[in-house]
Formats: sequence, C-alpha cells, structure tokens
Amino acid sequence: MWSISMREIKLVYFAWVRERVGLSEERVSVPDEVLTVADLAGWLQTRGEEYAYAFENPAIVRAALDRKHVKPDALIAGASEIAFFPPMTGG
Amino acid sequence: MTTPRLIIRIQPEPFDAAAEIEALSRMGDDVGAVTSFTGYCRSEGGRLAALELEHYPGMAEEEIASVVVEASTRWSLLGATVIHRHGKMVPGDGIVLVATASSHRTASFDAAHFIMDYLKTRAPFWKKEHRADGTSGDWVEAKAVDDALAERWKA
Repeated sequence: MWSISMREIKLVYFAWVRERVGLSEERVSVPDEVLTVADLAGWLQTRGEEYAYAFENPAIVRAALDRKHVKPDALIAGASEIAFFPPMTGG
Repeated sequence: MTTPRLIIRIQPEPFDAAAEIEALSRMGDDVGAVTSFTGYCRSEGGRLAALELEHYPGMAEEEIASVVVEASTRWSLLGATVIHRHGKMVPGDGIVLVATASSHRTASFDAAHFIMDYLKTRAPFWKKEHRADGTSGDWVEAKAVDDALAERWKA
C-alpha cells in the first residue's frame, strides 16, 4: 500500500513573478517530498509554461514564509503563506 | 532611556514632508536634531511618465517596523517617522519619507541613513515603469549597489 500525501499552501506572487504566473495568489496542494523553498520553486516550474517562465532563473526569485524573508534552503513545513517575488526596488 | 515614538505608514496618498518633520521636531523639549530623507519619482530625462509601486501588504509594514526598531536600538532616537507610498506616482511626487529625531545630530543622521539603506533591500516594494511614449515599461531592476550599501552597516 502507498499513498501520495499532499499539503495545501497559499502562494502569493508579486511584480514580474505575478505577471508571469498570471495569478496574484492561489492555493496549491504540494507533495510531501517538497521540503524547502528551493524544492517548491522547482516543483512549481513543472506546473506549466507560465511557471517555467516565472522560475526560469530561480536564483533571482526571492521568497518569504509567512511574511518573513527566507533563503532557498528554508524548510516550508508549517508555513501557511509562501510568497515569491523579484529583488525589491522600493524606496 | 525613553521609548522613541515610531510612526510607520504605508499609504497610497501623498504625504506632507514638511508637516511630518515639524511634528517630529515638536514632540518634546529634548529634540535637538531632526534628519529627513525624501525619495521622489523622477522622469529619467523625460523617458518615464509614471512609476507604479506594488507592495506586499502586511509584510511591508512589518519589515519597515523591524528596520526602524533596529535603528532605535543602535542609536539614541526620540522618534522616527517612515512613510512609504504605493500605487501610481508621477515625476516630482514623493515616494518615501524617512525622518528621525534625536538630541544630537549624529544619531538622527546615521539612523535615517541606516533606515533608508535597509528599507531599500528589505521592504517588499517593486517599481514598474510607465513610459512617456504611452507604452508599458519594465519592472525596475534591483541594484547590487543597494545590497552593498545595506551590508556596510553590519560592520
């Protein structure tokens, strides 16, 4: 017996990441083997050409877990909202 | 040491920098110095008609608050006001105001500089260009120099 276990997470996108994905937010079911922010970006890349375009250079896409900046190796377990966005250009 | 009065606002409306500076200077008899920085939308030599600022609601306030609180632990501040606008702005419009009050000039100068440098790299805002020829422009790219300027304060 085996089963695929999934978790539902809210994803939010900003600036050109939002434009490329074509959504400002969505709820997705993420497979259990997706452990880190980098894993999640890699998994999103496989979800269609919009995602492949948004995450074509994952090194420049930043992330926040529950509104806190994190590095790509951060574990996503327990996060309820994960944001992806380009480097910030405010001020 | 008294707790500094910290005001952080994220808003689409314009701000009155002179009124904000005046309010900081009037907050107590020990205010001896107020430093302010205002960042404006510019046309890049006539190339741009406007800038549109997108932000991450909630996180923008929290990140700016944590930068201001960190500044208040490093310098002896009596107060600080940070206002950052979002939405569409035309050349000449103020985008961001950072103002700090202290008893002596060094604290207010350095804290305002620190807050601005950190805000550039940590506050979740993004600028999109609207070109003067009516076409949709690009997203402004982050500059490596901004990261370097923020890093400098870690020494």
